[in-house]
Amino acid sequence: MAEQAEQVETEEKKLENLVQFLSFTLGDEEYGVDILRVQEIRSWEPVSRIPNVPSYEKGVVNLRGAIVPIIDLRERFGLGHLEYSPLTVVVVLQMQTAEGKTRVMGVVVDSVSDVVDVDKKTIQDAPNFGTKVSTEFINGLASVDGRMVMLLDVEKLLKLDGLDDDDEN
Amino acid sequence: MSIDMAQFHQVFFEESFEGLDIMETGLLNLDMGDVDAEDINTIFRAAHSIKGGSGTFGFTAVSDFTHVMETLLDEMRDGRRQVTQPAVDVLLGSVDCLREMLTAIQDEQEIDVPSVTEYKKALEIELNGNQVNEASPENNSVAPPGEPVLELGSEKESEGGWRIAFSPHTNLLKTGNDPVRMFRELASLGELAVTVDFQGVPDFYDLDPEECHLSWNLDIAGDIPISEINDIFDWVEDDCDLAIQPLDERSQNDNGIAPIEESSVKENANQQSSEPKTKTEVVNKPVKPAASKKQPAKPAAKGSSSIRVDTSKIDTLINMVGELVITQSMLGLVGENFELNKLDQLKNGLSQLERHTRELQESVMNIRMLPISFVFSRFPRLVHDLSTKLDKKIELVMVGEHTEVDKTVVELLSDPLVHLVRNSLDHGIEMPADRVAAGKPETGTITLEAYHRGGNIVIEVRDDGKGLNKDMLRAKAIEKGLIDEDSILTDKQTYELIFMAGFSTAEKLTDVSGRGVGMDVVRRNIQSLGGNIEIISELGKGSTIAIHLPLTLAIMDGQSIAVGDERFIVPLGAIIESINVNETMVNRVAGKGETFRLRNEYLPIVRMHEIFDVKTVQATKLTEGLVVVVDGQGMRCGLFIDDLLGQQQVVIKSLEANYRKVEGVSGATILGDGSVALILDIPGLVRLSNQ
Repeated sequence: MAEQAEQVETEEKKLENLVQFLSFTLGDEEYGVDILRVQEIRSWEPVSRIPNVPSYEKGVVNLRGAIVPIIDLRERFGLGHLEYSPLTVVVVLQMQTAEGKTRVMGVVVDSVSDVVDVDKKTIQDAPNFGTKVSTEFINGLASVDGRMVMLLDVEKLLKLDGLDDDDEN
Repeated sequence: MSIDMAQFHQVFFEESFEGLDIMETGLLNLDMGDVDAEDINTIFRAAHSIKGGSGTFGFTAVSDFTHVMETLLDEMRDGRRQVTQPAVDVLLGSVDCLREMLTAIQDEQEIDVPSVTEYKKALEIELNGNQVNEASPENNSVAPPGEPVLELGSEKESEGGWRIAFSPHTNLLKTGNDPVRMFRELASLGELAVTVDFQGVPDFYDLDPEECHLSWNLDIAGDIPISEINDIFDWVEDDCDLAIQPLDERSQNDNGIAPIEESSVKENANQQSSEPKTKTEVVNKPVKPAASKKQPAKPAAKGSSSIRVDTSKIDTLINMVGELVITQSMLGLVGENFELNKLDQLKNGLSQLERHTRELQESVMNIRMLPISFVFSRFPRLVHDLSTKLDKKIELVMVGEHTEVDKTVVELLSDPLVHLVRNSLDHGIEMPADRVAAGKPETGTITLEAYHRGGNIVIEVRDDGKGLNKDMLRAKAIEKGLIDEDSILTDKQTYELIFMAGFSTAEKLTDVSGRGVGMDVVRRNIQSLGGNIEIISELGKGSTIAIHLPLTLAIMDGQSIAVGDERFIVPLGAIIESINVNETMVNRVAGKGETFRLRNEYLPIVRMHEIFDVKTVQATKLTEGLVVVVDGQGMRCGLFIDDLLGQQQVVIKSLEANYRKVEGVSGATILGDGSVALILDIPGLVRLSNQ
């Protein structure tokens, strides 16, 4: 009995430490975002281009009446551009701003793979490559069935350059 | 059993501020010679409801203050007191003071006690000013100035304080009375020592938490009139046994009880039964708020903003929705088993649907519309105060106060207008003597006028003062280094100098205006609302400042244009005309900048496909496309585009909500096909093309 109880306890502890991530691929690499940050997953649809912005900011779309920007993650991470097809996926992410508003943004990824459970304790810090490889968006690394999944920091990812310079002009 | 009163606070504040406005207007309209009792009555009623409300919510500072005002007004109403200008001025001051107190409470900040006491003193002096025709004994006993507490009809006093034996009946809590609150109030009168007697508390299992089984002995020290203590227990008199004795007397009669030691009573009177020890507490006098200090910067207005809507507007809306439902069911019927011969019916239904949707949209927008009098109403007071201060005689005329504007516009308009009216008062209108010398009537006139023109609302601030002196403006601008000595300016440009930061022509600084901030802020505020501001002035005759604003910020008329396969929206109001330009009309500046001559003006050409980097463009030669002449905040230019598409009403959506500000774009909208089109920001485009 005691043994069983202990087991249940450890189970529970494990559950407490579990975090769920949505994993997706960009080329050969596998990334994950906190599932609570994911609002929905959509297929690619043509965007309205925004003039004079970096090429990874593809444009804006109408998401049920809200104007939502679309970012190409491949281009953001310098992985080159892939032609969009009807199978290209847009993951719509949301974050809370300091003023308590919700900010929504779509990111283009190659394909969505899975929802994975990761034990918080097993998340490893992002390795430091110095200036060679930028790891600023990576929160940590997790191992899922022997594969390495890079966990992304949604806050940093959605913070586009100049996004908070609202009092510019 | 406490109801969360906080939920009613918002309403209370709104009503109180409205009441204050009524009092202010009423006081300003009082005619000294011939006072209409009904006018005073209106003011009195407003004061009375503020007093009542604040009392209910426990804002005692406010209710005490209003009480003094009310006493004064009451005497005026009964004709026992003459209405004099000083009295009205004191009352107006008190209205301001009340407004500050309420704002402080609303923002959860401390009330500025010294200034409140000062106003109260002024009121009391006015009240005791021997002007009462038929002095009543009560009013004579009003506290002398300096003593903030009102002592009405104190019967007897006890030097040492009072002992109060308070044993409530078990149903006390059910009547909504909380002993703790009463004790707190007592504690505010003087040092309070409390002993609780819980002999009556039944066994835990028999205990009904909603019943009160406790009784208290309260010793309150200090020089306190018994009436104040009676006031506190006023509400519970019927629900308790109450005995109040002077403390010193008690110590003579009663020789057993040792002085009560300090300890503490559990705050929550409902649950003391679980505390098995006798405890008493010295409830300290509340700490006096720190002496007068400037209030920190106001925090942003909190809470949700609300709006009062005319019932008739809601009724229209309901009618409209009814119609819409009928149309919808009709269309449903047509669609159920559709045959080609029903096509006409379908078309009919669709056009009805369109009409109803448009009407619905209009009436919903209408709800957000407020009459401009919301802004104008504060000006009589402002003009009254300032003209007294400046020793000028000024009459304020308001025209078109019922013109309606969007709520957001109304809110953002008030500060700029205050600036403009102050400027007219201070700089525009001359001193009475100077006016007479110039052959003008002694009393100057400032006119505030609002009217609709096109899709805009125009608000004019007009004065018949001295007007703007172009030479002086110019000299000043050169002196301040804002323009070069040899620059040539048109009249319009000269007048616009006053909008430049750091420009002030007042010879000396007054506390009314002249610091050289303000006008540039005014212009910026107006521009941020999508409007513009223009000045017409004639030396010696006066000046007019006209503000043009869009009626609403949410919907506008737009012209969609095509550049390559991209669609953009140009605000319809910004478009002057569209023309075909051929190469012969074009002049080049330094071989690059293209300009063309339109009548007698040279305008720069902005090639949209270049500045927005559109790859799919069709027209690269000027003859292949169109030039749309646009005007944005005084900046004119010709936009070179492929084609004009259609006109439509567009709902403006913010790009910044999820994204960021984009140069040359003021917002976005969703087109009929669900795609997003950017709305062009003309001044931004001009800036962009200059880079």
